[in-house]
Amino acid sequence: MTTVFGVPVQALLGQLLVGLINGSFYAMLSLGLAIIFGLLNVVNFAHGAFYTLGAFTAWFLLQFAGVNYWGALVLAPLAVGLAGALVERTLIKRLNSLDPIYGLLLTFGLALFIQGLLQNKYGSSGQPYEMPESLTGGYALGFMFLPRYRAWVVVFSLLVCGATWFVTERTRLGSYLRAATENPALVQAFGVNVPRLVTATYGLGVGLAALAGVLAAPVYRVSPQMGSDLIIVVFAVVVIGGMGSIMGSIVTGFALGIIEGLTKVFYPEASNTVIFVVMAIVLLIKPSGLFGRTA
Amino acid sequence: MAQETPTPRALAPRAAQHPRWIPIAVMVGLLVLAPFSGIYPVFLMKALCFALFACAFNLLLGYVGLLSFGHALFFGSAGYATAHAAKVWGWPPEVAILFGTAVAAVYGLVVGALAIRRQGIYFAMVTLALAQMAYFFYLQTPFTGGEDGIQAVPRGHLLGVLDLDAMLSLYFFVLAIFLGGFLLIHRMVHSPFGQVLKAVRENEPRAVSLGYKPDHYKLIAFVLSAALAGAAGGTKALVFQLASLTDVHWHTSGAVILMILLGGLGTILGPVVGAFIVVALENYLAQLGSWVMVVEGAIFVICVLTFRRGVIGELSRLLKRPL
Repeated sequence: MTTVFGVPVQALLGQLLVGLINGSFYAMLSLGLAIIFGLLNVVNFAHGAFYTLGAFTAWFLLQFAGVNYWGALVLAPLAVGLAGALVERTLIKRLNSLDPIYGLLLTFGLALFIQGLLQNKYGSSGQPYEMPESLTGGYALGFMFLPRYRAWVVVFSLLVCGATWFVTERTRLGSYLRAATENPALVQAFGVNVPRLVTATYGLGVGLAALAGVLAAPVYRVSPQMGSDLIIVVFAVVVIGGMGSIMGSIVTGFALGIIEGLTKVFYPEASNTVIFVVMAIVLLIKPSGLFGRTA
Repeated sequence: MAQETPTPRALAPRAAQHPRWIPIAVMVGLLVLAPFSGIYPVFLMKALCFALFACAFNLLLGYVGLLSFGHALFFGSAGYATAHAAKVWGWPPEVAILFGTAVAAVYGLVVGALAIRRQGIYFAMVTLALAQMAYFFYLQTPFTGGEDGIQAVPRGHLLGVLDLDAMLSLYFFVLAIFLGGFLLIHRMVHSPFGQVLKAVRENEPRAVSLGYKPDHYKLIAFVLSAALAGAAGGTKALVFQLASLTDVHWHTSGAVILMILLGGLGTILGPVVGAFIVVALENYLAQLGSWVMVVEGAIFVICVLTFRRGVIGELSRLLKRPL
C-alpha cells in the first residue's frame, strides 16, 4: 500500500495537502467576493490586490514596526479592511445607480494602480516572510510528514469560513445583510442604516482577503503579483460555484483546491488549467453554477 | 451601460443634417498623411493594430453590451497562428493573416458559445478565465517558444510582389487592413443586423418577443468581434516580427477596455482615438516601468467616475452631433 495508481502515497498526500492550502485561499477569497457581490452588486476585481496588500502589510509591520506574525494576523486585516471601507465610501458608492460593469472596471483600475505602485517599490521578485517560530517544524504521522504551518493554515481558514457562514446565516446582523441584498429600500425603511451596512460589508470582504494574504505570506513570497494571478482562478471558482451561497463558496473553494492538487500528481501539465476546464464543463451542464440559485 | 451612451435616437435629427462620413473622411485623411509627418512609423502601425482591436471589441461592448474580459485570447492566438504560418510554413503575409483571423474566429465560436450562457459580469469572468487558460496553454506548449515567443517572423512579399520590409509599403498594408475592418464594422453597426444587436442590448425580453433569438445574434457578434481582433493580432505579429505571451496576457485585455472607455464607448471613432492615446501613453511611459500600470489604473478610475462618455463622447456632446 505505498502506491495508488502508480503514484507514491506520500507524493499523493503531499499534493493533497498543497491542494487543501490553495483551496483555503480560494475559499476565503471567493467568500469575500460573494459577500461583496451580494450587497453591493459589484464584482470586486481589486480583491486580489487587497489580498496582496494584506501580505505586504504583514511584511511592513514586521520590517518597520517589529510586529510579529500574530500581531499582523489581527492588525493587517483591520488596516486593509478600513482602507477598503474608505474606498467604498469615496469611490464605489458613486456607481450605485449604474450598470454593474462600471464597478468591475473601477475595481480593475484600482487593482492595476495598487499592483503598479507595489511593483515600482519592490520589483517583481518579492520578499520572503519568515513563519512564526511556534509554527515551524511538523508532525511525523508515519505515512507522511505534516508541516505544522500548513496544518495551521487549513484549520484556521476553515474556522474563519465557518465563522463567516455563522455570522451571515445565523445572526441578526446576518439577517439584516441578507434582507438588504433582497430589498435595500425596505430594510432602510425599517430603520437600518443601509449605506453604513454596505460600507461595513465591503470592509469585511476586503478584510477577509487581507487575512488570506497574511496567511499566505509565509507560504509564498510576498510579491506584487501574488494577487493578480490568484484572482482569475478565484473568478473561475466563483463561476463554478455560482455566487449564490456562502456555503457554496466555501465548499467549491476547497474542492477545487483538492482537484488541482490531484491533477498535479496524475497529470502535472494540466494543473494550471484544470480549474478552467472544470469551469467550461460546469457551464455546459449547469450554467448557473453548482450552488447557484437562479440562472 | 445603456443610459451612458448617447442613444442614436436622440441624436438622429442632427445626424440627418450632418453626413456621417465627414468625421470618418477626416480620420482617413489624417492616417494617410501620418507617415509623412515624421512620427515613428512602427508606433503608428502599432496604434493602428490596436485601433482595429479596439473597434472589434467595441462592436461587442458598445453595440451588444457584452463586456468580454478575455479578448487578448483572440488577438494573441491569431498572432501565434500568423507568425507560425509565415515563419515555419513560409506562407505569404496575406494568407498568414487570413489564417490567423480564421483561427481567432474558431476560438471565438468556442469561447462565445460557452460564455453567452452567462450574462453581465459573469460573462466577463468566464471570458477572462478562458483566456487565462489559453495563456497557460501557450506558456507550456513548445511551438510558441514559451517566454521568448516566436521571433524573427518574416514579413514577406504582399501578393508575391510588394516587399513589406519597406516601411511605407508596410504602413499602407496595415492601414488597408485597419480601414477594411473599420468600414466592415461601421457597415454592420448601421445595418439591420446592427439594429437587432442594439435592440438586444436595450431590451432583451422585448427582442425575444419580437421573434429574434438574442443568443444567436450575440454569438454571431462575438465570432465577428473575435475574428477582427484576430486580424489585428496577426497584423501586429507581422509588423513586430514577433508573437509573444504579452499579447495573450490579461493585461492586454484590460488595455483594450481602457482604450474604449477613454475614447468613448459605443461611438464609431472612440476606439480609434482611445487606441492612439493608450499606445502613445505606453510608448512614452515605457522607460518608467511599472508606472504605466499606475497611470493606466488611475485613468480607469477617473474615466469610470467622471468621464464615462470618453473623449469622443464628450466631443460629440459639445458639437451636438454623433462622431
